[in-house]
Amino acid sequence: MTVAVSILPEQQLAALNAAYRQAVARRRLRLLVGAAIFAAALVLAAIGAEVNLRTLFTYFGNFVSYFDRILTLDSGQRVWTDVGEWLWGWRKWLKMLGETLLISYVGTLIGATFAFALNFFAAENTSPSPWLRFTVRRLLEFARTVPGIVFALVFVIAFGLGPMAGVLAIAIHSTGALGKLFSEIVENADMKPVEGIRSTGASWLSCMRFAIVPQVTAGYASYALLRFEINVREASVMGFVGAGGIGQELVVAIRKFYYSDVSAILLTIIVTVFIIDITTGWLRGRLFGKEART
Amino acid sequence: MTPQEVDPRQMRARYPDVFDRPASTRLAMPAMIVAAFAILIYGLVDLDFSPSRFFAGLSQLGWISLMMIPPDPGSSLPIYLKALGETLSIALLGTTLAAVFALPVSLLAARNIVPSNILRFPIRRFLDSIRGVDTLIWALVWINVVGLGPFAGVLAIAVSDFGAFGKLFSEAIEGADQKQVEGIRASGGSALHEIRFGLLPQVLPVIAGQVLYFIESNTRSATIIGIVGAGGIGLQLAEQIRVLEWQKVSFLILMILVAVAAIDFISGKLRFAIIGRRAVA
Repeated sequence: MTVAVSILPEQQLAALNAAYRQAVARRRLRLLVGAAIFAAALVLAAIGAEVNLRTLFTYFGNFVSYFDRILTLDSGQRVWTDVGEWLWGWRKWLKMLGETLLISYVGTLIGATFAFALNFFAAENTSPSPWLRFTVRRLLEFARTVPGIVFALVFVIAFGLGPMAGVLAIAIHSTGALGKLFSEIVENADMKPVEGIRSTGASWLSCMRFAIVPQVTAGYASYALLRFEINVREASVMGFVGAGGIGQELVVAIRKFYYSDVSAILLTIIVTVFIIDITTGWLRGRLFGKEART
Repeated sequence: MTPQEVDPRQMRARYPDVFDRPASTRLAMPAMIVAAFAILIYGLVDLDFSPSRFFAGLSQLGWISLMMIPPDPGSSLPIYLKALGETLSIALLGTTLAAVFALPVSLLAARNIVPSNILRFPIRRFLDSIRGVDTLIWALVWINVVGLGPFAGVLAIAVSDFGAFGKLFSEAIEGADQKQVEGIRASGGSALHEIRFGLLPQVLPVIAGQVLYFIESNTRSATIIGIVGAGGIGLQLAEQIRVLEWQKVSFLILMILVAVAAIDFISGKLRFAIIGRRAVA
């Protein structure tokens, strides 16, 4: 079969071509202006952040050799040739890692409990009154936007050094983040069961308990597990400001240039994060089916 | 119409799977809750929680909150504004750097570009390990390399986002439609042509959306990396907390909140402008 390509008369073609070129030219211009603005912003930012390419090039070798150094034992050998020597402090580190996991677990659980208590007031469809919704939403927003480690800095001063400050910081931050996600689940819930229960003369509390909660538990648990995953990473740096966990050991090792310790602690952190990610992913898949695994 | 009398025994017989569930499924939920609480109690004890300490801290916290009012920068407002600018610069530069370096690597990590598992696997694990290390840790490492200051912050954000972008970009590429790539190949294009004209037009809007989103979230990260000495407003914040200048602290926190809200707003608008109303990553 031959395909006949019809060619328009010269004049019509010229008009179409001109229109096409104009349209393309306009898009190109917009793209160019956008790129120019972006480039200008980058240059401004580079000045603001005191970026000095010469420093980078001079010291980039240091970055590479830093990894070389943290993978070398004091004896000058590579770390993996003598694992016992490399992971000499594993008892202490495992204990600190356990503390880190406990911090994130307790913090997540406390945060999830508070988020659970607050989210019905923040959701559009279940909040008893608009001003209550407004207040709770602003409260959650505050708890979510202030970084966890800033809370930790303040709590270390109020509650003293130690894991308690880390737990509370993680709990507050999780309350903010989970409260928002939970209330979004509630907003997507079916309201017909609520009407059914309200028609029997039930109170607001009973409506929530018997109409909303059964619909949302799976989503809540899924988000809480995801949050636990994030909190494990967060808890691993809480020690930087004295709020407990493995971060304390790491910051000491980095600041005092105990090179092989740095790589050993980093390794234990990365492995732990992997294991937690895989376990919670598997757990979420088991509990709530494939669709909840995002 | 009167409700029909129901014999409970009859109902039990008719719906055995509702009334007579096996003990294992009935006990699973309470057992999980008991276990969760047991770990919680153990955690509270192990982490030195005591009511007296908690309430003492709470009253201390109340005292601190009172000291924070009203927020007042004192005479250091210009310094704080400069620090805020530094923070925004760190976020913008770090994210851009990460995106530039992550794009080629993400091509290597995408299944439809590199079909070989042996090649892809190490790249994916490499990206995973980078993501497993927190931005603050990267900041500490870079401070050792380029010294204290915002430049270390830029590099820290760039490295830790490189891991995240590599994964996200490669997922975007794997989700792209292969038909356009095949079309290019059919008309005689090379492998690079396929990527440039078949893949990138589909993938770029998604990537642009993700980059903007990360600039947003990196504004938050950039506020805290100053705590370990990598420049920006976090440095001022940590200093003022340590010297207990609570009015300045509350002012700085307010500044951060306002800046983050402003960036959220702007990047939300930009995202809609670039990728339209449909897919917000």
